[in-house]
Amino acid sequence: MTILTFTLILLAGSYLAGLLGSLTGLGGGVIVIPLLTLVFQVDIRYAIGAALLASIANSSGAASAYVKEGITNIRLGMFLEIATTVGAVIGALLAVYTPTNTIAILFGAILLFSAAMTLRKKNQVALTEGSKTSAFLKLDGSYPTPAGPVSYKLKNVGAGFSIMTLAGILSGLLGIGSGALKVLAMDSAMHIPFKVSTTTSNFMIGVTAAASAVVYLQRGYMDPAIAFPVVLGVLGGAFTGAKLLKRLDPKVLRYIFCAAIVFVAAEMIYNGFQHKF
Amino acid sequence: MDIKNKTNSLADRDIELLVGRLLRAGVITASCIVLIGGIVFLMRHGSAPMPSYHHFNGENMDYTTFGGIISNTWQLNPKGIIQFGVMVLIATPVLRIALSLFGFGLEKDWLYVAITTIVLCVMLFSTIGGLKV
Repeated sequence: MTILTFTLILLAGSYLAGLLGSLTGLGGGVIVIPLLTLVFQVDIRYAIGAALLASIANSSGAASAYVKEGITNIRLGMFLEIATTVGAVIGALLAVYTPTNTIAILFGAILLFSAAMTLRKKNQVALTEGSKTSAFLKLDGSYPTPAGPVSYKLKNVGAGFSIMTLAGILSGLLGIGSGALKVLAMDSAMHIPFKVSTTTSNFMIGVTAAASAVVYLQRGYMDPAIAFPVVLGVLGGAFTGAKLLKRLDPKVLRYIFCAAIVFVAAEMIYNGFQHKF
Repeated sequence: MDIKNKTNSLADRDIELLVGRLLRAGVITASCIVLIGGIVFLMRHGSAPMPSYHHFNGENMDYTTFGGIISNTWQLNPKGIIQFGVMVLIATPVLRIALSLFGFGLEKDWLYVAITTIVLCVMLFSTIGGLKV
């Protein structure tokens, strides 16, 4: 296979990964890693480096639109970024000492968890009674809806912060945005309305991924020839996905894709146990 | 008090809009650089056989250090140009934090100036500390 053929196939594959990631809400990075490792037999460390870049591009591209609409809670994002960036640096350092097969198995497990998370019931209710910590940190906020702004308050800030640290570690270790864990922290622990938690999580992914991306870049895990088609492909796919989402309800698609992802996750775990990475 | 709150939230909104614009500009700039580097790369090396990525070798200094990437970009080395775009992409969220720091400073929100500084320090630590352990 020539470099040109490899690049074009990878570009098309990354485009589909970006599209799929956007329609399922999982993020393109999560899908690009199995694509690179299982289909192209690329070392998982190169795959992680490229996926981190795709996450940064996706997050920054999407966040710019959400921030403009005023849904993102920037203070909350900034506060929790302490947890995710510290976690991301720890994760990136751990990645060096973790065998690739272990990383692959862990990746498969997180993929399964993420797929399950997209199917669960979402928190729509805004709390009217928050905790003292939340008030002190000025984390309570409001977001616009067609029926006017809705105010919300937060609780369990400490628990949310801890889950965020874990999300950061996994993000640095596996090269994914770990959006599912971030939403879990904000939705289930801190009781933030779904719309705010998803957009704020997306906003944070760029910074979290950048914190570990710097480490990966300096370690030589970022190959320009892989980064180039992956970044452009995933970004293009995510862009198409965002346009499609405005027109169709992805509920049915989501079930189909989640089933596909369960299969991919199983493949990663199986190959990990077979020491194929 | 009411007026003060109003100006506060106004500055808040302005910074948010600026943050949004910065993020988009960063991603577009980075993608364009990566695309240019990628096209030149394919024109020069497209017909060569694909290298094996099955075994991890790591990139050499040319593509992993700030100095190496800059000098390669300067010499119009296509891989260097792609890697330069990668750096711009990574720098985008970092710049976003710096901008937020400035915004919180304008609002005299010292608690968030402190929080943002911590995040910025962690990023700085990973940039410097991540170097060749």
